[in-house]
Amino acid sequence: MAADLTPAAGPAFPHVMEAVPFPRFYAAHRAAVYRFLVAAVGAQGAEDCFQETFLAALRGYPRLRDHRNLRGWILTIAARKVVDHHRRRSRLHRQMEAEERTARARLAAGAPPAELADEALWARVRALPPRQRTALTLRVVGDLSYAAIAAATGTSSAAARQNVHLALRRLRQEIGE
Amino acid sequence: MNRDPQDLAAAVRRLPRRVPPGLDARWRQAAEASGAVEVAYQSFETPVGRLLAARTRAGLVRLAYVDAGVEPILAELAGQLSPNLMEIPTQLAEVRRQLDAYARGRRQRFDLPCDWQLIRGFAARVLGSTAAIAYGQVRTYAAVAAAAGAGGAARAAGNALAGNPIAIVIPCHRVVRTGGGLGGYAGGLDRKRFLLDLEGAGRRRGDPVARDPHRD
Repeated sequence: MAADLTPAAGPAFPHVMEAVPFPRFYAAHRAAVYRFLVAAVGAQGAEDCFQETFLAALRGYPRLRDHRNLRGWILTIAARKVVDHHRRRSRLHRQMEAEERTARARLAAGAPPAELADEALWARVRALPPRQRTALTLRVVGDLSYAAIAAATGTSSAAARQNVHLALRRLRQEIGE
Repeated sequence: MNRDPQDLAAAVRRLPRRVPPGLDARWRQAAEASGAVEVAYQSFETPVGRLLAARTRAGLVRLAYVDAGVEPILAELAGQLSPNLMEIPTQLAEVRRQLDAYARGRRQRFDLPCDWQLIRGFAARVLGSTAAIAYGQVRTYAAVAAAAGAGGAARAAGNALAGNPIAIVIPCHRVVRTGGGLGGYAGGLDRKRFLLDLEGAGRRRGDPVARDPHRD
């Protein structure tokens, strides 16, 4: 940051550190987080997970020293919230029922087939084993590198790659591609 | 080898590109209620131009002129105080109310708790003695330096005043040059003149202010 040291031109604070103000961080990443969450838990659960993700981020943000990979950091938190979400079984069931009702209603209302196909596909993604589901959504929706996925999930890059590979193979088999 | 199923790539492209309406507002409410926001700020128009006010739990910590947008000021505060800033107008309502009354000539002193954590050392002594200059009065850089225990350090006092993080409320505009010149002002001399005129400083004191600022 260029600090203006001319006394008459404004306050000079030469000791200022590089820190991204939270509002700027939020504005830069909210859409990516939301997309990731819609894929990982569906539109119904995405809003709750979104709030939980950014609240956790807000609490941890002042202690975060390295601001170079904020996208990876926030998606790591989001991935944890997704795991929590899927653990809440009863809620998940209610949500799946709601999604099914929504899908039926939209089918009746003549929703575009692509949307319905997408919903069916994301349902399959969500039904993957948790490690595969997390790795796949972080890779294809979050656009994280295997190294970043490994850091987010506490595994190796090779394991992250393998999980994505297994997830894709399974989806291909299920879709019959 | 890791070829995405075509359907998956297409489905990713069709995911929403924006957050749904209302989500931002709900997030702000949740954040505000969480207690994890360290600095509340708001930017607003006044007769002296756009200002940005920021407060911590202790009180008003920054009152700055917004000439180049709020982003540089927020970045500065993020580094100095905490990156957990949030625009929360309700928390700045009293600051706004008192500034408005001041700008209309209906208030002569501010009754606002201030957080002095951005003011340290010599600057704290200079701005401390500046805070005691009454409405409508002026003092010289030399006098303020002397009051801060550094007689003869008028220039250093000027630098400390230029770095005043709480403009207007800590009235650095009331410090002028020996001989009647306006001196400097972080917000620009037009604003300094405006504030002194508003307070009637020139009229009450043999008019040291209205004279040519470049003469001394």
